[in-house]
Amino acid sequence: MSAQSEPLVLFAKAARVYPKRVWGRFRKLKWGAMVALLGVYYLAPFLRWDRGPHVPDQAILIDMPARRAYFFMFEIWPQEVYILTGLLVFSAIALFFVTSLFGRVWCGYACPQTVWTDLFVWVERLVQGDRTKRMRLAKAPWSLEKLGKLTLTHMLWLVIGLFTGGAWVLYFNDAPTLIEQALDGAIPWSVGVWILALTFSTYFMAGFARENVCTYYCPYSRFQSAMFDRDSLVIGYDTARGEPRGKHKAGDSWDERGDCIDCHQCVDVCPMGIDIRDGLQMQCIACGLCIDACDSIMDKVDRPRGLVRYDTTANQDARAEGRPEPSTLVRGRTLYYAAILAVVGGLILVGLLGRTEHSLHVLHDRNPLFVTLADGTVRNGYEVNILNKTHGDADYQLRVEGLPGAEMRLRTAGQEHSGDISVFANSVGHFRLFITAPKGRTDRHDFDIVLSDADGQVIDRYTTKFVTGDGR
Amino acid sequence: MSTTDRDEMSGAETTGHEWDGIKELNLPAPRWWLIVFLLTVIWGVGYMVVYPAWPTLSGEGNRGGTPGTAGWSSYSELSDSQQEIMTRRAAYLADFREASYDDILADPGLFEFARAGGGAAFKDNCATCHGTGGAGAPGYPNLNDDAWIWGGTHADIEASIAYGIRSAHGETRVSQMPAFGDLLSAEEISAVTGHVLSLGGGDSSTPLGAQIFSEQCALCHGEAGHGNRDLGAPNLADAIWLYGGTAGEISTQIRSPRHGQMPAWSGRLDADTIRQLTIFVHSLGGGEGAEDSGGSAR
Repeated sequence: MSAQSEPLVLFAKAARVYPKRVWGRFRKLKWGAMVALLGVYYLAPFLRWDRGPHVPDQAILIDMPARRAYFFMFEIWPQEVYILTGLLVFSAIALFFVTSLFGRVWCGYACPQTVWTDLFVWVERLVQGDRTKRMRLAKAPWSLEKLGKLTLTHMLWLVIGLFTGGAWVLYFNDAPTLIEQALDGAIPWSVGVWILALTFSTYFMAGFARENVCTYYCPYSRFQSAMFDRDSLVIGYDTARGEPRGKHKAGDSWDERGDCIDCHQCVDVCPMGIDIRDGLQMQCIACGLCIDACDSIMDKVDRPRGLVRYDTTANQDARAEGRPEPSTLVRGRTLYYAAILAVVGGLILVGLLGRTEHSLHVLHDRNPLFVTLADGTVRNGYEVNILNKTHGDADYQLRVEGLPGAEMRLRTAGQEHSGDISVFANSVGHFRLFITAPKGRTDRHDFDIVLSDADGQVIDRYTTKFVTGDGR
Repeated sequence: MSTTDRDEMSGAETTGHEWDGIKELNLPAPRWWLIVFLLTVIWGVGYMVVYPAWPTLSGEGNRGGTPGTAGWSSYSELSDSQQEIMTRRAAYLADFREASYDDILADPGLFEFARAGGGAAFKDNCATCHGTGGAGAPGYPNLNDDAWIWGGTHADIEASIAYGIRSAHGETRVSQMPAFGDLLSAEEISAVTGHVLSLGGGDSSTPLGAQIFSEQCALCHGEAGHGNRDLGAPNLADAIWLYGGTAGEISTQIRSPRHGQMPAWSGRLDADTIRQLTIFVHSLGGGEGAEDSGGSAR
């Protein structure tokens, strides 16, 4: 090693990307997706859904203090949180399924990182101008104009971030009430913390981190290689048609050269800052903006569109060799993703349709396990919880099955009850249950506690045990 | 003065120290680190002014240290948090003090307040002897069952807790059984043990045993052995035995009875806590209504 060798640096600072404005069909699709998705995000908390009295009327609401989640006609209690888990699994498989059909459309059009970054770039362009102007401004020495433009940009970003965080908390609180509180400046501190956290994470992620999130943070882009095959729809540069590339003057012949005029437009518009002509890259989020850029140039030089386009690697190779294009949407990969999706979706549906509105849970006392009474009989204690998930008060009957001759004492708070009890709407009724086995019954015994409605129709049963000292 | 010596490999400055041709590099902490360190020193000085920091020789008043300008101390923090608990309890306490036991049973809010407070106090004060679940142990009564030596109504339980059993309190419940080992022969004790065992059902009674029981025991425990709560004489006909129910355990208790003690809790616990404890113990499952009180026959 030479004496002058520089210290080894393993970290390359990411160059700032200044995406250029572009017009075209995929850009239009992206604008449409952005408006639709942001519209849903910001407006969905204001949808109302009448569920009757004493229950929130917000269509989509996760009520943390009350431990309830509402989604239109569905309502989830903490015991049913597996449905939310199922929904997450479903979403993940759906993502894989869509990827196997159309490639990284999620990344290019629907991912919040893409959508908010797109919005932030739009703001940046509105204030500072297009790519070259922005680059010049970044290099320019500090001036009042630069300060003003940068301040305005960052202020607008922060305002967008504030609305992002502001909309997020609406999903966890009654939206109109919270907005009233916010206007009075009296929001709970927990809500304020969430708003601030999301304001600054949006500001950081969409304002600064941008494409680095996709390249370095995002696990989904990292395991693309495991999901891609030669039939995956990707954005491809038609090397056979484009090369050899080179500048082209109007009137020159197109013979003996490729269609790529090396105008660099596809690179300038790329939000990831890559050159699509280098082939498929991990960074490519398949947003299609380079296709728009290239198509508009091809129109100008009067060559056919599609030098850069959505295509599969298999099709590209087949075309280059003059074979028919083999890729179809129906493949093993798409089929088994569809099958898994159907199974998970079916399970969620079964969970939702099989949801009980009343249920019984019993916990046998552990300390003491049993109590010997003065007359020699043995008593066991139980905590009984009855879930009334309906929106009306409900009457129940509770009885013991499989322990003949057992005596039952039921208590709520300080009051003794017969087996007839009631539980308020949308709540859990807590009861204390004492069961005394008949004299002479000293074995350990499994039995059922049966919950029925006021008419005696059995709703739920819970198998628990009766413990005695001798039965151990 | 002299030009600084630099290491060839890394280009870093050396300290000039050299051992066997190996030079020590001078790699000071980064500037930002130094600045942060100095800031923490400044912060620390401020902290010593604002908060209690330095021990002083005078222990009184400032609790043995400089008080700090903020007036904060862990003592004041503790009393503040205790004050906060008292404030929260106060919402219920006013009603709780006025309510009779029947009123409390009828009011779910008050009942839960009393039961929760009583449960916490029970674990702090009573669980040592009676167990966390109140199931007791030999010599320490099980509070879940329906056998009560001194009575199981709310009033009985409150008196037992407040004044204790054989405690130093003037109102204490007290009972003492003579040590019959000094008064009866071994055969007589054996005979009376047989009679005691037969009270709950059984045929171990002998004429001698019945006679001795009638002469010596029935005065307190009753002819049928049903006990007497006014005297604190346990029911001998039921299935509950404080010191065990085998012939050996019973004859031991006849020969030289053990007498457990329970401290009086009035004075240690406030009246509200004792009432909460009463509700809690009564709710364990064996509590008696007012109509059951005194009734030892069942």
